[in-house]
Amino acid sequence: MNGSVILQQFLTGISLGGAYALIAIGYTMVYGILRMINFAHGDIFMMAGYFMIFSMAVFPWYVSIPVTLAGTVLLGVVIERVAYRPLRTAPRMSVMISAIGVSYLLQNLATYIFTAIPMAYPSIPFLKQIFQFGSVSASLVTLVTPVLTIVLVIALMQIINHTKAGMAMRAVSKDMETAQIMGISVDKTITYTFIIGCLLAGVGSILYFTDRMTVYPYSGSLPGLKCFVAAVIGGIGSIPGAVVGGFLIGISETVLVSLGYSTFSDAFTFILLIVFLLFRPTGIFGEKATEKV
Amino acid sequence: MLKITDLCVNYGGIEAVRNISFEVPDGKIVTLIGANGAGKSTTLRTIIGLVKAKEGSINLDGEELLGRSTTVIVSKGITLSPEGRHMFPDMTVLENLKIGAYLRTDDLNEDIERMYELFPILKSRKWQAAGTLSGGEQQMLAVARALMCHPKILMMDEPSLGLAPKIVRQIFEIIKKINEQGTTILLNEQNANMALQAADYAYVMETGRITMSGTGKELLRDSSVKKAYLGL
Repeated sequence: MNGSVILQQFLTGISLGGAYALIAIGYTMVYGILRMINFAHGDIFMMAGYFMIFSMAVFPWYVSIPVTLAGTVLLGVVIERVAYRPLRTAPRMSVMISAIGVSYLLQNLATYIFTAIPMAYPSIPFLKQIFQFGSVSASLVTLVTPVLTIVLVIALMQIINHTKAGMAMRAVSKDMETAQIMGISVDKTITYTFIIGCLLAGVGSILYFTDRMTVYPYSGSLPGLKCFVAAVIGGIGSIPGAVVGGFLIGISETVLVSLGYSTFSDAFTFILLIVFLLFRPTGIFGEKATEKV
Repeated sequence: MLKITDLCVNYGGIEAVRNISFEVPDGKIVTLIGANGAGKSTTLRTIIGLVKAKEGSINLDGEELLGRSTTVIVSKGITLSPEGRHMFPDMTVLENLKIGAYLRTDDLNEDIERMYELFPILKSRKWQAAGTLSGGEQQMLAVARALMCHPKILMMDEPSLGLAPKIVRQIFEIIKKINEQGTTILLNEQNANMALQAADYAYVMETGRITMSGTGKELLRDSSVKKAYLGL
């Protein structure tokens, strides 16, 4: 394997990893604040794919992108409102089961409305431009994805560490009741969290499907699971962890495919999960479990 | 004035608070004393809106607060320094002070300086994570954090819990000082001796009911209080 092939694969890997990272952030943030895994997150990502298909049928791409993002955010907020908020005081397991229910609901709803036949994802002309560097060629989306991911993550970290809403999120994720005593509205803060998570999943969806070219009702389920794994490997609850996990899985998957083990690449992700759960269950950046009695 | 009338609260399947009524007049220190499990914490948590009452009334200056959200209640000028202090351990001392003023939109610098004056130890620790402070320092931070929202009424739940006697005395001196500066105090204490000495008025709670009330000095002299709570 020569240098240009390695570079080519590396570019593909970080591009896929960037999209994974954006989705993984949604898992990790929701976990950080609600201590539950939002199993519907992958399906929200799939729905974002359909939103883009339908808005591109009517609008130009520069209108479709905000429409898709708005639709994705709205979907996420409605799901939280209807399926999670009424269970706020219920045991965590109930919320988790509700999330699994929402996941199946979205998949079946998509099958019912859009049929199970894969639909062509519209191509955004400027993202598909091909760049040639010597013997390495890449479309703009491949180059944009990792850069955009990093920019968004830096912006997100700024929001979380240096704004009032971010302070509220950190407070609610640490100690919901004390946060309330400070005058923080827990419901509002959770809504902000879902807005951010879904916005990033929407961006991730546009970048991911632009490369994949089709959407079908189950196209969210495997990427969703992989991004959940990415969040766990990075240390669930940690945003930098989700990003590192996303890139790690994206790159290793691409490497395996390029080595000819493409059938094995999905399994590898889950083997990685098992290895982490066995030897470092808190993940790379995981919070140390300091339980005070 | 905060006026609690016929408050009943069910909590964890039991009647934690049964039909209690009491008043917290402006500018005073009022204390609830009683054993563990008497319903004192539940009472404070109900006033701040964390626990829903079954019936009764919580009235602040003529406005009914029962059924309002904690955010609204805090914005009306009641705050709680919770039992066990509950710092945000990963945040710095300064951030903990800032989060105490979450609902305020004006400039905080003057108040932060005022807190540093009141609690000099916090100034030297302002960049330290709150979780690394000692118990006494955390209690001071908890009080300072609560004061950052300019409360009319500061409720304190067991401020002396787990602290050395010397620190307890310090905390009570600060409570009196805060009160002199104009903040009304509603204090929950198991340390009845300290609480009664500091309080203008006191209520004794037993298994969810108020069984006795009087000025701090009256209860200090009362023989049954002496026997049950002062160990004399």
